[in-house]
Amino acid sequence: MSRPDRRVIAGVAGLGAVGILIGGAFAGLLGEAVNDWSGAVSAFDTYMLRVTRFTLWQAALSTLLSVVPALLVARALARHPHFAGRALILRLFALPLALPAIVAALGILALLGRAGLFADVLTAVTGTRWQGIYGLSGILVAHVFFNLPLATRLFLHALETVPTDQRRLAAQLGMGARASFRFVEWPVLRAALPGVAGLVFMLCVTSFTIVLTLGGGPRATTLEVAIYQALRFDFDPARAVALTGAQIVLTAIVVALLMRLGANMAGDANLPVASRAPAVAGRAERILNSTVMLVALLFVAGPLAAIVISGLQADLARLAADPAVHAATATSLVLALLAGLLCVLLSLSLTMARRAMELKRPRNAAPSLLERMLDTGAGFVLVVPPIVVGAGWFMLLRQTGQVFAIAPVMVVTVNAVMAMPFAIRALRPAYDAASARHEKLCASLGISGINRFRLVDWPSIRRPLCTALAFAMALSLGDLGVIALFGSDAVQTLPYLLLARMGSYRTADAAGLALFLGIICLMLMMLVDRTRSRT
Amino acid sequence: MSGAALRMEDVAFSYGDMAMSFDLAVEPSSIVAVMGPSGSGKSTLLNLVAGFETPASGRIMIDGADVARRAPAERPVSMIFQENNLFAHLDVEKNVGLGRSPALRLDAPDRAEIASALARTGLAGKEHRLPAELSGGERQRVALSRVLVRDRPILLLDEPFASLGPALRREMLELVRDLHGERGMTILMVTHHPDDAAALADHVAFIEQGRVSALAPSSVMFSRDAPAAFSAYIGA
Repeated sequence: MSRPDRRVIAGVAGLGAVGILIGGAFAGLLGEAVNDWSGAVSAFDTYMLRVTRFTLWQAALSTLLSVVPALLVARALARHPHFAGRALILRLFALPLALPAIVAALGILALLGRAGLFADVLTAVTGTRWQGIYGLSGILVAHVFFNLPLATRLFLHALETVPTDQRRLAAQLGMGARASFRFVEWPVLRAALPGVAGLVFMLCVTSFTIVLTLGGGPRATTLEVAIYQALRFDFDPARAVALTGAQIVLTAIVVALLMRLGANMAGDANLPVASRAPAVAGRAERILNSTVMLVALLFVAGPLAAIVISGLQADLARLAADPAVHAATATSLVLALLAGLLCVLLSLSLTMARRAMELKRPRNAAPSLLERMLDTGAGFVLVVPPIVVGAGWFMLLRQTGQVFAIAPVMVVTVNAVMAMPFAIRALRPAYDAASARHEKLCASLGISGINRFRLVDWPSIRRPLCTALAFAMALSLGDLGVIALFGSDAVQTLPYLLLARMGSYRTADAAGLALFLGIICLMLMMLVDRTRSRT
Repeated sequence: MSGAALRMEDVAFSYGDMAMSFDLAVEPSSIVAVMGPSGSGKSTLLNLVAGFETPASGRIMIDGADVARRAPAERPVSMIFQENNLFAHLDVEKNVGLGRSPALRLDAPDRAEIASALARTGLAGKEHRLPAELSGGERQRVALSRVLVRDRPILLLDEPFASLGPALRREMLELVRDLHGERGMTILMVTHHPDDAAALADHVAFIEQGRVSALAPSSVMFSRDAPAAFSAYIGA
């Protein structure tokens, strides 16, 4: 058993590939910084201070506005297992996870924008011509749209870890809403709170698309958007280096804090199932909770409905015949498929190698550095958001004049690596469980290598593998970060085309494309749910 | 097939802070019941022979050759665990076939062999069932069928019938005894039940704190001449 396990070699290769991607980006940044040191230093000015402050401020507000209502909604859902709209809410709350940010941004504009469905109502209410929701308020609405459902689901998940017996006991002891909140629900919610809040904060700090489309001008710009603008519009690499440095330091601090809090950095795509908790709420509480759930439902359903309504108003026939749309669709699908496959391959190699090393190590020994890197290495890509990796490579390749030719490679690799934490979360439990069951048997029967993969591993990980593939594809399909940097007329994805149509005020086209893109991503996620529910 | 002689010489292994050292000599074709308190090292002893654990030092001799450094599949040994003996996604025939070819490339003679092993263990007609569609006893019969087609001179049983009811357990032990009568393989069997040991084993090895503290014929071990610690353990 002392022969080097091929699984470990594959894992090291996978880790190396991730290292090259991240390392290349850092090399680009460092090279640029050395190249123009004074420029990079002088970029730490009041503009950057303002951008950094706004980045943190909008993230803090978004977190507060997402997490506090989520506590109420999750508790209401947990206490009313038989509420008529419960299943609908849970299903609907799963959607934003799959929805590309640019599609959601369009939905919010279609609802609350200058020419949105509510514009007339808002004009009447406020008494002045409604100017549309841009800037901080637009960013906050979009962030809450994404993160309220996520936080709700995570809190509900926490609440469902309360043992049924404890709930029965609370009911038997006659605990009212307040007492049961204090003794039963709050303890688990409090335990989950730092992790959930941290995750939401992190997502908002690194949010790019929302700020790009809904933020406006230098007053509502985050570091990520400023990096993009420095590279694509101002051609100011020195500033980009400084901004990227600030962004890395910021995310590193947030991630370090999150790790201390034990946060689950990859989020959770699991849909909590109906709780078996007894319904014990009184009449007043029932009315209050129903209201909370209904408001949350409308808040999430509103933009979704607006996407559909405004999308259907677009000239869909003309869009369907538009060669640019065909090309972008084909490009998007091919790149997403490649990114998904690469993501699954890398994730699988890391997962298998980690398990193989864990098996080989004596039971009480501490894991080696390599094993720890295989374990958490993929998580560190969360410290370097796609824009940062893209910016690094952009600068590295700037001199060669090949920046736009490399676009497909960048989109595929960066998106593949960014989806890895999610893919590993889907793959690892299945692979480790199968390994725990089969490892001895395989060793004693001499089933190894490709035979083992074909006969033993593949059947047990096929479904989580499909889940990971579809999830990675959905993420990649909706990505705007990398393609915004590297995209050109030659290489356009659907989100890039959508952004271009928005930029040239072809709003109806944009709405139609958003509906189309949203449907593709939702179909992928439905595939995920189907493969998951069959396991 | 006939049984092979097994000898463990100063086989050292540490599990956490418990240091173990095994010495054991087993005659070809005998059946040895391995007994002892929980945590004494019974399963570790079997795992060392099977190759799932590698000893720090010492020799494990099977028919005169030291196998202590060989991979599990390269040892002349088959093992049946308490559970997880089967791949849940493969049907009965394939699970048994893996004993013939780890790539599951089976020719006509292989298939005939598999069919006869299944018939011998009373599983004829269940070739295409999945493990989930079988009872606990049937699943262990599949594992026994695979032992038959693998045809190795040593069989290790790590409490494979512990979760079965008394009648079923007796039935399975009888099957093992019959198969032993036909094939004559050497059997090491971990068990907690003195009845099982008395019914099947010709020798009993008593394990205490990582050592073989006694090895004697069953007739001795289940008599008044047994070591006091063993009598205390079985409550005799």
